[in-house]
Amino acid sequence: MSDQTVLFPNASAARCQLDEQGRLRHFLSIEGLPVALLEEILEMARSFQSASGRSTQKIPLLRGKTIVNLFFEASTRTRTTFELAAKRLSADVLNLDMATAATTKGESLLDTLRNLQAMHCDMFVVRHHESGAAHFIVQHVEDHVSVINAGDGRHAHPTQAMLDMFTLRQHFPDFSQIAVTIVGDILHSRVARSEIQALRAFGIGEIRVVAPRTLLPQEVQSLGVVSYASIEEGLAGAHAAILLRLQKERMHGSFVPNESEYYRLYGLTRARVELLAKDGIVMHPGPVNRGVEAESAVVDGPRSVILQQVRNGIAVRMAILSMAMRGRIW
Amino acid sequence: MTRLCIQGGVLADQTETAQDLYCAEGKIVGIGAAPADFTVEQEVDAKGCLVMPGAIDLAVCLTPIGEFRPTALSESRAAVAGGVTTVCSLVETQPIPDSPAAVRLLMEQVADAGLVHLKSLGAAMQDLGDTQLSSLGALREVGCVGISNGLRPYANLLVLRRVMEYASSQDLTVFYHPMDHALAGEGCAHEGATAAHLGLPGVPSAAETAALAQMMALVQDTGARVHFCRLSCAAAVDILEIGLDTGLPVSADVAIHQLFLTEEAVEGFEANAHVLPPLRTEADQHRLREAVRKGVIRAICSDHRPLDPDAKAAPFPATRPGIAGVETLVPLSLKLVSDGVLSLETAIARLTAGPAEILGRPVPTLEPGATADLCVVRQNESWTFEASNMHSAGHNTPFDGWTLQDRVVATIRDGRLVYA
Repeated sequence: MSDQTVLFPNASAARCQLDEQGRLRHFLSIEGLPVALLEEILEMARSFQSASGRSTQKIPLLRGKTIVNLFFEASTRTRTTFELAAKRLSADVLNLDMATAATTKGESLLDTLRNLQAMHCDMFVVRHHESGAAHFIVQHVEDHVSVINAGDGRHAHPTQAMLDMFTLRQHFPDFSQIAVTIVGDILHSRVARSEIQALRAFGIGEIRVVAPRTLLPQEVQSLGVVSYASIEEGLAGAHAAILLRLQKERMHGSFVPNESEYYRLYGLTRARVELLAKDGIVMHPGPVNRGVEAESAVVDGPRSVILQQVRNGIAVRMAILSMAMRGRIW
Repeated sequence: MTRLCIQGGVLADQTETAQDLYCAEGKIVGIGAAPADFTVEQEVDAKGCLVMPGAIDLAVCLTPIGEFRPTALSESRAAVAGGVTTVCSLVETQPIPDSPAAVRLLMEQVADAGLVHLKSLGAAMQDLGDTQLSSLGALREVGCVGISNGLRPYANLLVLRRVMEYASSQDLTVFYHPMDHALAGEGCAHEGATAAHLGLPGVPSAAETAALAQMMALVQDTGARVHFCRLSCAAAVDILEIGLDTGLPVSADVAIHQLFLTEEAVEGFEANAHVLPPLRTEADQHRLREAVRKGVIRAICSDHRPLDPDAKAAPFPATRPGIAGVETLVPLSLKLVSDGVLSLETAIARLTAGPAEILGRPVPTLEPGATADLCVVRQNESWTFEASNMHSAGHNTPFDGWTLQDRVVATIRDGRLVYA
């Protein structure tokens, strides 16, 4: 794959995420972005991470810029790491918890956006419960505003995918030789979709998904993965297991019978961890349901890199924020 | 009433030679030569054009629930601009046609506009609810040709069976949208590769086939006359064929957009491609086209649902489904001819004779004595369809910018020029 290769050239995201010079403008999804640019994000994140060895250290890169965290859906981890990332870049940060704000009073999403734009914000970090929300917002913001997708419905969560690639790279410098297994609710997971696109973009040797059919999209193979109903088969020899959170409400829609059956069939136990390759790692975007997706001893065990993922999240988001603003400041 | 001469067009049911067509008193009165004592008062130049009976569109929403801009007048204008002279109204209109007064109101509005003929469907259930029958007898007396609950569900099969039995005793056709609402759920796209890719809730084909197969069993049971609205998938055609082969009193239509677009049109969260039932796969489209060709599906309709711009200005799943399609029905159906899918004769039959039979109306012809509902189409001249030029109050179309070869240049209803 050449440096300028775009994995999904026809995706509309390709058209709106980059400016005329090919620089990052909005970050909506992994697809549509050249591999070289994704590598650049990882490279820049690496430089931030060594710089921020002392966590209080600030970089004046986005001084004078206003970043709005526009969260239409509850989130602690993602919002917090975005806030920390923005603050370390010296930006002013506005946190808007839209789940309880204007839109629930009947204001349309479009009106909310127009009002915020009128306040001269430079960037929206958006989380929304509908797939395609970030794309919709990009179509309606003024030129000077950047949009970062912090999770839209079931569609995409590209910053999570990038921080996972960053983490994975720390353990496996050569992606072409490894197999990665995603376990859990693929159907409803924006993390899964972005993860799969990122793994494909970076040329991962083999991508597997493990779930009962109720939690797999129809035609899941069209995403470029091999699916397994058995976790044992899916994990065998894999270098990383990415576990997905099982939302409690799935137990009510007849997707799975109950948590204990899910744990029995799909939970990552210590015994199952041994099926991974010798140097295999365990990842989870959090928050973890201990005793559902994984045994506590696995979450806290030597193979787990879950806290490393959180730590990396700040540096990777710093890289994405500053790159998306680059066309406007440098 | 004006005496009209349509000059030099090629008549759809005739040979290739051009002939003049004369209309008076709302009827076709002469072909080739004017009748004695005929003085031409108005001329329509149809040289190099096709003259066909006006299209009958089985699915036009004139005043959709929740929309403010579309009116009976604006949508009548859109219909005649698309060569449609008769519209059958969908029940998802405001006011909901569940009472004679509501049906009469729409009839009056359409009559005031004075452009198209209206055939009304009545709401099967009061307020389009799921358990309380509307006064179907009264709806029939006021002129409804059939009943439907649109895309709204019936409470259960028992209620549906009673609807069918009661409707058949009132000689009303049941217009049924096959969709199992539990299976369809919150779905907004075909449950396939595109939905998997975009993370959109899917509507499985089984939502249609399961409902269709159940309904077929009830038709067998009750003998009620049922028309299946807007088939979208190959497997539904299979079930329909079995029903037809068994001799059941059923018929079906397809929306024109299903014959041109597939699930891929939704890529990029394209809200104008958000329809219910959803756009499906190429294989489905192929089977639907074949069913139209063979006459298994007897009518092509527009499923015209004009929407205010706000209805599409939201993240994809939150947008309202629907296409304002009445203006593209005839041009796209004729594109099926130039694309080699249908013969001209078949395309015209699916726009005129097929829907007429479904509505229990006489088959439109170009014979002297027939009602002069006509449409003049300029062929083989490229033009670009533009949403901004639409007559409908709704500009929600996925066909914006399409290059078409057939263009409606004049529409005549009851011998009167209503669009040119």
